[in-house]
Amino acid sequence: MPTGTIGCVSAAVEVVDLVKRYPKSPTNAVDGVSFAVRAGEIFGFLGPNGAGKSTTIGILTTRVLATSGIARVAGIDVLAEPVRARSALAVVPQRVNLDRQLTARQNLLFHAHYHGVGKAERERRAEELLEQFGLGDRGADKVDRYSGGQAQRLMIARALMHRPSVLFLDEPSTGLDPQARLFVWDRVRDLRESGVTILLTTHDMDEAAELCDRVGIIDHGRLLALDTPGALTRTLPGSAYLDAGFDGPAPELGGLAGVSRAEQSDGRVRLYVDGEPARLIGSLASVAAASGRQLVDVAVGQASLEDVFISLTGRGLR
Amino acid sequence: MTAVTRAPAPARATRVFAAVLWRDVFVTGRELPVFLAQVLLQPLFLLFVFGKVLTSIGAARAGYADLLFPGIIALTTMLTALQGTALPLVLDFSFSREIEDRLLAPLPVMAVAVEKMLFATLRAVVAAAVMFPLGYWILGSLAIHPAGVPLLVLGIFVGSLLGAAIGMTLGTFVPPSRINIMFALILTPLIFTGATQYPWPSLHTLRWFQVVTAFNPLTYVSETMRGAIVPDVPHMSVAITVPVMLACTAVFIWTGMRGFRRRALD
Repeated sequence: MPTGTIGCVSAAVEVVDLVKRYPKSPTNAVDGVSFAVRAGEIFGFLGPNGAGKSTTIGILTTRVLATSGIARVAGIDVLAEPVRARSALAVVPQRVNLDRQLTARQNLLFHAHYHGVGKAERERRAEELLEQFGLGDRGADKVDRYSGGQAQRLMIARALMHRPSVLFLDEPSTGLDPQARLFVWDRVRDLRESGVTILLTTHDMDEAAELCDRVGIIDHGRLLALDTPGALTRTLPGSAYLDAGFDGPAPELGGLAGVSRAEQSDGRVRLYVDGEPARLIGSLASVAAASGRQLVDVAVGQASLEDVFISLTGRGLR
Repeated sequence: MTAVTRAPAPARATRVFAAVLWRDVFVTGRELPVFLAQVLLQPLFLLFVFGKVLTSIGAARAGYADLLFPGIIALTTMLTALQGTALPLVLDFSFSREIEDRLLAPLPVMAVAVEKMLFATLRAVVAAAVMFPLGYWILGSLAIHPAGVPLLVLGIFVGSLLGAAIGMTLGTFVPPSRINIMFALILTPLIFTGATQYPWPSLHTLRWFQVVTAFNPLTYVSETMRGAIVPDVPHMSVAITVPVMLACTAVFIWTGMRGFRRRALD
């Protein structure tokens, strides 16, 4: 069971034995989850719908009351001091919740006002963020004229108005076109550079693999795995593979150490490997040579994060 | 473990509260004529048809407008305040979610509920105040009893707060899909059984209806207004109306806050 302990490195988010049971529900929505997110890290939370990730984020962002356990954001206990915690965090929800009565700029200004940012500072910062998020010329528009992508960018800009140390992004690129998605990814990376910790949820495995320093996979309220995307795909048993071609019929290769399964077709062999497939190339060449064959080409394939996700959470529809 | 503290010191709760209140004042203030038209049209038509038209054609006696006007003031305060919380909260918690940014402000969640009620109360007080010159204009005269002004002010404030609290209760307990039914099944009886168009004691000839109206909080607001504006018209004693009004307000503030909390926090 991964605990997510990160030793002496400062934690921006810390969750210990977190439990949430909704009234009248027979099971726990969050069932003893523990993990920690390092300061300045992009942490991805993956899980099927209803797995408990939104509830966990809800607790961390003070909108859901935990049944038991510990949840800290920027060192502040969100259960004991939700008001103080809200100064340190910001939330970009999946659904647009911009203030439709206000213009884009007013959305930013009022948000900062709610967070006690002074007038001159909030006006300066609103201009800066509108510019940075490609909305410099749209500041005076009412937000109901905004496209989905523009609204999403404005929500991120709004969240940054009070300079949070931890930013929660709920499915940041759902419904965005590829350009907008790349733009959001770039901004998220910029934020990490400036020291903001980011915790995002996503269903997009490419996004998780591309963007996140580490990912946690959650299902049925429990954390099933937590590691870097690379480590997760490497640790999936038998999911990395090595395709080998020979100058004739393939030799018998089932006995090679670390090979969980071998499939033959048209003189080529696919070896499913536990661990790093490239390490097998040497012994593969030796075995071939011993049977009087020559290894003529080799291709290495790695499991994707999606394979890991499916292997942990199953194929069943939710 | 070292905490990451990049955020500035948390803002003072009073300043945050003022900012949240300012948002509502700003949005409504920008559309003041629309707001006034929205909340005053119904009471003005009631006043015009019942107080002016019916008395002019002889269908109601001449003094009827005098006892109607306090009831219309009560109706205006309660309904304006109720509309200021009920529908916005239904929308905020389901469709628009606009309130979420304020629920994530460094302020106790219940302070946002208090702000909503306070702002709805302010709207209703403004609407009631505007009704006086308009009432004078429609009816040609207004019976104002100077000694009753403090009671009138109390009635307007408490009546408004009561309406805001009832609105918050409805807006947070009625599911969004039932909002149309709510307006039909709750608002219409509330308007017509609230002793706004008739003084409560005069109902002794229609005893069952008098009992029904006694269950409507608006009755006590209407009767308080009569006690303040036209004390000579027979009305329910202020010793009853004011405590009942305050008690209802307390109960609905409690239920409204509970409903708000239920919707704001899971």
